[in-house]
Amino acid sequence: MREPTVLLDPTSERSDAMRARKTPPASLEGLTVGLLDISKGRGDKFLDRLESLFGERGITVERFAKPTFAKKAPDDLAAAIAERCDIVVEALAD
Amino acid sequence: MQLPDEGLILVLKEDCETCRMIAPVAADLARRGLLAAVYSQDNPAFPPGLDVADDRELEVSWRLNTEIVPTLVRRRGGQETARTVGWHREEWQAVTGLNDIGEGLPEQRPGCGSLAVSPGMAEELQVRYGDTGLAARELAVPFPEDPFEQMFDRGWTDGLPVVPPTPARVLRMLDGTRRKADEIIGMIPPSGEVCTVEKAAINAVMAGCRPDYFPVVLAALDAALDPDFAYQGLMSTTMGAGVCIIVNGPIARRIGLNSGFNALGHGFRANATIARALQLIVINIGGAVPGGMDRSTMGHPGKFGLCFAEDESDPSWTPLAQSRGVPAGASAVTVFGFCGTTINNAETAREPEGLSRSIGQCLNAVYHPGLAGGGIGAVLVLGGEYGRIYREAGWDRAQVEAALHKATERPSNRLIAEFMGEEAQGQPGEPVRKFADGDLLVVRAGSNAGLFSTIIHGWSSGPRGSQPITREVKP
Repeated sequence: MREPTVLLDPTSERSDAMRARKTPPASLEGLTVGLLDISKGRGDKFLDRLESLFGERGITVERFAKPTFAKKAPDDLAAAIAERCDIVVEALAD
Repeated sequence: MQLPDEGLILVLKEDCETCRMIAPVAADLARRGLLAAVYSQDNPAFPPGLDVADDRELEVSWRLNTEIVPTLVRRRGGQETARTVGWHREEWQAVTGLNDIGEGLPEQRPGCGSLAVSPGMAEELQVRYGDTGLAARELAVPFPEDPFEQMFDRGWTDGLPVVPPTPARVLRMLDGTRRKADEIIGMIPPSGEVCTVEKAAINAVMAGCRPDYFPVVLAALDAALDPDFAYQGLMSTTMGAGVCIIVNGPIARRIGLNSGFNALGHGFRANATIARALQLIVINIGGAVPGGMDRSTMGHPGKFGLCFAEDESDPSWTPLAQSRGVPAGASAVTVFGFCGTTINNAETAREPEGLSRSIGQCLNAVYHPGLAGGGIGAVLVLGGEYGRIYREAGWDRAQVEAALHKATERPSNRLIAEFMGEEAQGQPGEPVRKFADGDLLVVRAGSNAGLFSTIIHGWSSGPRGSQPITREVKP
């Protein structure tokens, strides 16, 4: 495997080298949750369960699925999730 | 890698005729128990039959400062006491203390270049094994993440890809100047953050500059940081200003700065990257991000950077820098805050008076035809054919400038009316000059075919705005 590429910071170094994660919402009330199935085995079962749990709490859910886990999400799919959802839960593993 | 403290050390490579020639000598020294270590730069199986250490990573070669192979070093008590390079029988005898080596070989043969000093390698080895002295924070982009995408994500660009500023590339850039890496150049607007020579070098690498462009970048940055240039205002104005860099003197030809065909356009690395380096510095250090501290309403394509050399091929024309006090033969930059360019043609003009009046009509449009009398600046770039018309009429720079000032004088009442969008009333008022002294710069550039000039529109000019600044380029 190749070594990492080392870059020298061209900025005034006022911001952290590690980019901050997006702050999670304080509440899911009024938000739309996307559930993304990446097409790995039984990911759908996990997401079915999440959907019913979110449903019990009155939270809007939208379901999405990648055609194959072996490739990145098609651009249209990624755009649809970004446009329609506030947060997304991705079922990553088997 | 630990070097032996005592004995002879030989560094060589198989891909060197002299190294292959002296292989029997190395075997002879080994048989006599004098050879403490042999390091091969390219093939650890060479020379055959010897216990050869693998130096394909060139660490020992770098630590021994090996410029030529073969290099034979004698060490005593951990210190180097003698050295010879290539093959020279007497020198090898002196270093080894033996009078009977290399029999049958010629008296001398030059060596070959060490791989440790092959182009670009020295900086890589300094980064890997030495102390670079660089102060900037390092950010590691793990494989296989793409560093180009990482730099986009971090907002380190003007929207185009930038060259990854690896420590080795930055060291090479710093080699382009005699100024120290930790020297503070100044505070970069709009944020006022400190910029060192090293930070400027990082951004120059990203812009795509070669190290020999770097003195021009630094001179332009020094000029732009002159308080009279009002860089702060230029970088944050709603009017959308960029920095135009005009280069005079021998450095322009040396680094390949274009002054001919498409001088204000694309296609030449020096032109494209020098001004871009300044723009990256104000983005990355100054924080001039559009919609943030850069408040440009709409900007213009020149905000990616505009840099060109003046055409100095006509000896009758005084170059811009000389007209601004720089001695002949010296290299200099002139920075000018600008808000876009327009080309104009006066294709039917064939004599200097008419040509000046015709160009003057176009110059009057700078800012607004109804504005004049100070605070308005422009660079007029005369193409080759216009230059020829003035030259054939025997006009020098002073005459051209005087005619253009005269051609842009207009009656005061007409100016006011035009600015208000009304018809002028009554008798013509007092004539008012469009440009104050020093606010109209005239330069020669472009090819010799085409009756064109280009007007580079200034931003707010004069003492209350941004004044052009000229600085000599120093190594």
